[in-house]
Amino acid sequence: MNILVCISKSPDTTSKIAFSNDNTQFDDNGVQYIVNPYDEWYALVRALELKETVGGQVTIITVGTTTDEAIMRKALAIGADEAVRIDADPKDAYYTAMQIAHYAQSNGFDLVLTGKETINYNGSQVGGMIAEALDAPFVSLATKLEVNGTTIQLEREIVGGLELIEVALPVVVSCAKGMAEQRIPNMRGIMAARTKPLQIIAPQAIEELTNFIQFSAASSKASVKMIDADNMDELVALLHSEAKVI
Amino acid sequence: MILVYISSQNGISKSAFEAVTYARKLDSEVCVLTCGSASEAQLSAFGQYGAQKVLVDRKIDGSDAQQLTKLISQYAQELNASTLVFTHDFVGKAIAPRVSVKLKAGMVAGAIALPEANGSIKVNVFSGKASGFVKVNSSVRIISLLANSIPLEINETSCKVEEITANTGDSKIKVISVKKPDGAIPLPEAEIVVSAGRGLKGPENWGMVETLAQTLGAATACSRPVADIGWRPHHEHVGQTGVAIRPNLYIAIGISGAIQHLAGVNGSKVIVVVNTDKEAPFFKAADYGVIGDAFDVIPKLNAALVKFKAANN
Repeated sequence: MNILVCISKSPDTTSKIAFSNDNTQFDDNGVQYIVNPYDEWYALVRALELKETVGGQVTIITVGTTTDEAIMRKALAIGADEAVRIDADPKDAYYTAMQIAHYAQSNGFDLVLTGKETINYNGSQVGGMIAEALDAPFVSLATKLEVNGTTIQLEREIVGGLELIEVALPVVVSCAKGMAEQRIPNMRGIMAARTKPLQIIAPQAIEELTNFIQFSAASSKASVKMIDADNMDELVALLHSEAKVI
Repeated sequence: MILVYISSQNGISKSAFEAVTYARKLDSEVCVLTCGSASEAQLSAFGQYGAQKVLVDRKIDGSDAQQLTKLISQYAQELNASTLVFTHDFVGKAIAPRVSVKLKAGMVAGAIALPEANGSIKVNVFSGKASGFVKVNSSVRIISLLANSIPLEINETSCKVEEITANTGDSKIKVISVKKPDGAIPLPEAEIVVSAGRGLKGPENWGMVETLAQTLGAATACSRPVADIGWRPHHEHVGQTGVAIRPNLYIAIGISGAIQHLAGVNGSKVIVVVNTDKEAPFFKAADYGVIGDAFDVIPKLNAALVKFKAANN
């Protein structure tokens, strides 16, 4: 089984978020980049588990600059066989998705996996966009994935519930919590990652459909009003008359 | 003209009405598109929020995003829609990105406000640690709206329900079974959320959290450690790698307020924090704070609420 896993970098979850250039750019000064958790914990690890049970090859792909090579080595250390970087600094999901779709189309994959969203832009768009460009089915927010010959069975979240479905390969899947458990790379994996192939490809000419024109850090709250634990009537009264939420 | 795609498979959610309210604020001409078997009476309810027309394709059930993409794209073009609105939930995330590619229309994912004067639209970024303004460069735009971002607004409009059939092909997705929700309020839609963390000391103590939630008509949630050790189901985990929510009232009990947890909840309008540790970082993000033990505070708060509800009903 030939599996393509799309990964993206994101700031470490403990990072403070700041912007530069008049709030038009993310300021990554002092920011530690990690593999986007959904891409790593669920998409990549599930791909490796499938390879271990049914055989095949796991390729990771990212659209990014040389800064991204550290997270690609991490993904290789966890167990991916090879890595592809499309050499561009993407500004929107459409641009990213079209680059990946072009690569996937020319190389032929049975399964394309993404994380449910990045923790940078939380758009949850790239998987669906790749699927449309490949004219393949898309299963979003899957929590389980089992291969059964040329079809796969998946569990996915739907509004307020869970659905068990079956679909024929090739297919694009975005992976959510439940799909797999995080793996820590071991020393052998880290050593092996150094010599695994990392291919750099020039981007296609794709126009961006959207762009961020401005950012702003979340506004901080006015100071907290403390209420005595023995005076819950006061809290209830404040929630009613001052905050007007009950 | 604005086209709003709504899922009506499992009843019509509040976020669907929010999407229509949002569309009506963008343009006076609003058309709702849906599929499945919802009754005409159910569907004409969109008229209350300003839709003039509801188009429904009874042939498809909504499980295959590829079919829906064909349906939505066809009507977007026929009606010459300038904007398509989706709900930014399981439905919108499955379909809207596909439609974006099909129509080559730029997508604003997870809008939390109406467009600014310069046309850009505000979204949460970095899991709620910041916000950004997205500008769409294509002539047609797609907006998926985050739940609880706009108050519902009644706009009585005479609304016609029309049955349609589009050439969508066969579904490539075979639904084997559906696990229905247990009737509880879905977390992202809840207006009030009661959430608890390790301060509760064990899963057997969640009864009082549920009682408090019941009194408030709230959904229950939890912090990541509590979901990871299996005290609560994963779908209740709110935070950077769990569900992001923006209720009117978020009550956090026994949660210290790590930056990853705050990322998922700081869109809440009002935050109440109950913690034994007066240095807990969550107090800095709170509107109201109570220093005290969960086992002492929860029953007292519940009793005060019961008294308040009795006096105000």
